[in-house]
Amino acid sequence: MDNNETILAVNHLSKRFGENTVLRDINCRVSTGDVICVIGASGSGKSTMLRCINLLETPTGGEILFHGTDILSGGLSLSAYRAKVGMVFQSFNLFSNMNVLDNCMVGMRRVLKLDKGTAKEKALFYLSKVGMSPYINARPRQLSGGQKQRVAIARALAMEPEILLFDEPTSALDPQMVGEVLNVMKALADDGMTMLIVTHEMAFARDVARHVIYMDKGVVCEEGPPEQIFVSPKKQETKDFLSRFIRG
Amino acid sequence: MSSLPAGFWNRILFLLQNYGFSLLKGAGTSLLIAFVGTLIGCVIGFIVGIIQTIPVQKSDSFAKRALLKAVNLILAVYVEVFRGTPMMVQAMFIFYGIAYLLHYVMGMWFAAFFIVSINTGAYMAETVRGGILSIDAGQTEGAKAIGMNHLQTMLYVILPQALRNIMPQIGNNLIINIKDSCVLSVICVVELFFASKSISGTYYIFFEVFTLAMAMYLIMTVFFSRLLRWFEKKMDGADSYDLATTDTLAHTSGMLNYPGKRG
Ligand SMILES: Nc1ncnc2c1ncn2[C@@H]1O[C@H](COP(=O)(O)OP(=O)(O)OP(=O)(O)O)[C@@H](O)[C@H]1O
Ligand SMILES: [Mg+2]
Repeated sequence: MDNNETILAVNHLSKRFGENTVLRDINCRVSTGDVICVIGASGSGKSTMLRCINLLETPTGGEILFHGTDILSGGLSLSAYRAKVGMVFQSFNLFSNMNVLDNCMVGMRRVLKLDKGTAKEKALFYLSKVGMSPYINARPRQLSGGQKQRVAIARALAMEPEILLFDEPTSALDPQMVGEVLNVMKALADDGMTMLIVTHEMAFARDVARHVIYMDKGVVCEEGPPEQIFVSPKKQETKDFLSRFIRG
Repeated sequence: MSSLPAGFWNRILFLLQNYGFSLLKGAGTSLLIAFVGTLIGCVIGFIVGIIQTIPVQKSDSFAKRALLKAVNLILAVYVEVFRGTPMMVQAMFIFYGIAYLLHYVMGMWFAAFFIVSINTGAYMAETVRGGILSIDAGQTEGAKAIGMNHLQTMLYVILPQALRNIMPQIGNNLIINIKDSCVLSVICVVELFFASKSISGTYYIFFEVFTLAMAMYLIMTVFFSRLLRWFEKKMDGADSYDLATTDTLAHTSGMLNYPGKRG
């Protein structure tokens, strides 16, 4: 990783659901401009990790520092923190009672308290960034999966977060729509957006990530630059996972 | 009191000429009671339904949890009592109960609005609760993820969708209230049924008067169920949408494949 300022530091994070320990001693550091991809088998805790990071789940142990402030002990209000840490979901989660434009504006208006004109201007800017500005009047149900996900990305971008979390953004999409979403994400990476991406798209992770984390059974099994993980992984588990993946 | 002609249609005509206005006034009263009762009932239902779906976290203070528990218990009793007893009996109980205990005789309008509202509220509470719970958890997560708090999430995301989903139920309640306002005749509210009964009592003609009453109830209920259906459609927004620009690049950007992707 480079020497840019650390935005987010996750230290010894753990999460239990009842008796079931899903995450154990997770450590992770995200600095400005990082693009980190998280890969791993189904059930290895990738989603839970992202959900803990933006506090959709409450971690059972460890700390999460945002610019050095511990957010678990209430050093920062939940709203303010989440406004700075965007999230894109596998299932889009666009507001079905609003059109595309309102989906992108509501957070700016209600959380950031921007005036209508500014919010609209920014929404249109980010919608055009993801190629969705012609669709501002459409309702989510009138869009294809790929279009919905691009709107969801614009909605997250419009909050101008310092870091964007993606939880398998293309897993719910038909194969022909995966490309349009990955293209948008690649463009964001090229723009210097800081991103933490859970994905099963290995080609994308290899090309775009600057750092790859391989998770297995709730722990970080191996991490390093993509060349290491994808070309010469050090751990047998990583090799097995990747060979299983490539064989499909 | 003019004399009564013979024959069904002549009598209908006679009734319309002489008592058309009081029947209409009765129908108007029924409608007004149904409208106000449904409206206030919905407000009560929303308040109760919202309180009942406030999430309780382990991290909340003891006082907050205890208060919520107490309030929820009272609300549960309210819902059970008013759903579990006939509105006609409630009307007698409340009207004469308050007169007896507080030595206060409620006015006709106040009594009517009060009883229908509180009854509808009990039904709507359950409907609203179900409507809120039926909204996909992803909607809440989407709202939280951009920093909305519980109130904002409810106000801008969950309740509008819940309201849309329960519109058929609200319409149903309005229809029921138009009809069931007739039970208020037991506390002498002069709505359509009470008016019909007085007229039929004066002339001892029941079939003709109640033919008219039937027709008037039916016209009101059919009209309002159609109107509500139309309103629901309007809430859904247009079936199609207009593209905002003719930016061709934006259209095709979705068609490109991610170059690094294989097979
Ligand atoms: N709310 C919950 N309650 C109980 N167990 C849960 C809950 N959420 C997740 N788990 C468990 O945590 C484990 C990790 O789940 P998680 O969704 O984080 O995996 P994942 O790596 O994202 O998998 P996938 O690739 O399928 O999305 C699973 O065993 C799952 O059953
Ligand atoms: Mg997952």
